[in-house]
Amino acid sequence: MSANAESQEQWDVVIEPDYPLFNLRLREVWSYRDLLWILVFRNFVAQYKQTLLGPVWFFIQPMLTTLTFMVIFGAIAQIPTGGIPQPLFYLSGVVIWTYFADCLVKTSTVFKDNAGVFGKVYFPRLIIPLSIIVSNLIKFALQSVLFVLVLLYYVYFKGDVFQLHMSSFLFMLPVFLLLMALLGLSLGMIISSLTTKYRDLAFLVAFGVQLLMYATPVVYPLDSERVRSLAGNFLQWNPLAPIFEGVRKGLFGTGFFEWWYFGYAVAVTVVLMFVAIIVFNKVERNFIDTV
Amino acid sequence: MSKAIEVSHLSKLYRLGSIGTGNLSHDFQRWLAKVRGKEDPYMVIGKQNNREAGGKNDVVYSLNDISFTINQGDSVGIIGRNGAGKSTLLKVLSRITSPTSGSVKVRGRVASLLEVGTGFHPELSGRENIFLNGSILGMRRHEINAKLDEIIEFSGVERYIDTPVKRYSSGMYVRLAFAVAAHLEPEILIVDEVLAVGDAEFQKKCLGKMNQVSTNEGRTVLFVSHNLTAVETLCNQGIYLDMGQLAMQGPTLEVVREYVSRDLLARRVVQSTESKKLGNEHLTILEAAVENANAENPNDIIDITSDVRLKITLINHTKDHHLSVGFDLKTAKEEVVFGSGGKLHCPPDMPTVFTCVIPGNFLNDDLYQMDIYFHTPGMSKLFAHRSMVSFEIKDQARENGFLGKINGMIRPQLQWASSAGITTNLS
Repeated sequence: MSANAESQEQWDVVIEPDYPLFNLRLREVWSYRDLLWILVFRNFVAQYKQTLLGPVWFFIQPMLTTLTFMVIFGAIAQIPTGGIPQPLFYLSGVVIWTYFADCLVKTSTVFKDNAGVFGKVYFPRLIIPLSIIVSNLIKFALQSVLFVLVLLYYVYFKGDVFQLHMSSFLFMLPVFLLLMALLGLSLGMIISSLTTKYRDLAFLVAFGVQLLMYATPVVYPLDSERVRSLAGNFLQWNPLAPIFEGVRKGLFGTGFFEWWYFGYAVAVTVVLMFVAIIVFNKVERNFIDTV
Repeated sequence: MSKAIEVSHLSKLYRLGSIGTGNLSHDFQRWLAKVRGKEDPYMVIGKQNNREAGGKNDVVYSLNDISFTINQGDSVGIIGRNGAGKSTLLKVLSRITSPTSGSVKVRGRVASLLEVGTGFHPELSGRENIFLNGSILGMRRHEINAKLDEIIEFSGVERYIDTPVKRYSSGMYVRLAFAVAAHLEPEILIVDEVLAVGDAEFQKKCLGKMNQVSTNEGRTVLFVSHNLTAVETLCNQGIYLDMGQLAMQGPTLEVVREYVSRDLLARRVVQSTESKKLGNEHLTILEAAVENANAENPNDIIDITSDVRLKITLINHTKDHHLSVGFDLKTAKEEVVFGSGGKLHCPPDMPTVFTCVIPGNFLNDDLYQMDIYFHTPGMSKLFAHRSMVSFEIKDQARENGFLGKINGMIRPQLQWASSAGITTNLS
């Protein structure tokens, strides 16, 4: 029996039909870290090669969206922004939302987009979603610079209408980012895995993300009378709500943030993550036969 | 010698039909059947992977209970017909898809080349793509850095190395891609017919590189190809797959010979049953045969000195009184030796016999096959059949004399002469 065990240890890889559900083989992912970096590099370079403005697009997108929101939600619909100047309110919302939405949308097509590569060579499939998360994080950092610039403008030149209420709560920002990344990654992985069989879901993602934005306090503060009278406490159960409100509390000192809801968001994320790992693990082994 | 790969009882099931449709209604029907306690409508277990048996079963064993071991340093050629399971085996070995049952144990780092240039991004430069492709194939950054100059030199595209690969010609693209692959240093290299691309000179370079990898550097190489010549030159071991099963494993030459004789030897094709009908609405082939034209019994062994007669009995269903017939004579390794054809009288709706004689002392002692095709006198296509007949030519005299085979696809008898005592102009 012991001799048998010894000979088994000598093998580097054992390929079998079944294997543990929760095993993400992170050690293997680590050994492919160079691939992760080059994929991140590719995502950036490939996106803006042969464009006139190049990376400037990173800034144009949120600026134009903010302007649009100021017109539609600010001027026309007259949704209050909780005392925060509209550009700051919308820009912060847009930048954070873009981060989440991109993580979700791009991971949700991982299997479909990479079927060609996945069908020809093996590497830990998790590398691709991770490269998407990292790329988006870098993009988020760049766009945050834009936000900080606008914020500084308000602090120095518009002191009469805006006072900075940054609190130590801002140190929670990395936690919020991580939580959003995991939430986007998990949802994206689940959808991506299911899309290999049911293409229908791809359609759902496209407008589902749009709808989800309206169910998240991106263009309105959660804690306003109009929202409360319309939706009650319903929107608080969106696990994204405490993240957006938490960021606002850190930046402007106005958000509606309760630890209880934050804990709930963490719990939802953890559950989704486990589901995602199981589904992704199951699908990655054979998806090439069904895609 | 230690084992590099151990495959035991490996099977892979593919579900036909339902693959690719991927819709909810099938899954719903399946679920409904299960609830009502009936048999799953999409789950009928098939026995063998045989495309010709027809579409009765929805499930096919692409690999069926395969076991073998490969020793370290062996270079193994995997051969078999289309659909025999070769590519599936490589996919399982390189972890692209998982087996349905059984297991594979591997010692050492595996790199699989089922395609060259996997992951190449058109917008990135050649240099950047070397890093991208290399990383995808499992190389670390420092490994690529160390070999970068060598890779660029091997590819022969130094001048364009900082140009986006979308501007490359397809030949340059393949060269660069193969250069990366050739500089992988895995313990086990899995290669699938990637050599089918590129020009002849580059193919030679690649084959040379692979040979070097397996013989000099002691790596294990698994190689799938239809090019039996390449398999014979590169591999010392052969694995012959037939309809998802392991037909034979052993020294390459023996395995190739077994494959060729099992799959090709069909000198006489007779239309026996309705299902095995040869032909279409334009014509029916009743019989096609390769005969020994010198012997009393046309089915005798064809000797190197015998005239070889191709005989086709057919019925013309078109209104023309003439048919154009032709063949490509090919070696067992699919290399065309020559083609021939002619316009022949063939009145409609009655059996007609066409014959063509290849003279003796012309072909080598080898295995040959013929693609046969029919056209109208105006050369519009009527019917074609790949590898309709195949035959072997023996050199009985030489075989008795224990001499080896003479090289070449053909062996024409030429006039040699010698004249002694005459000075030539050259001297």
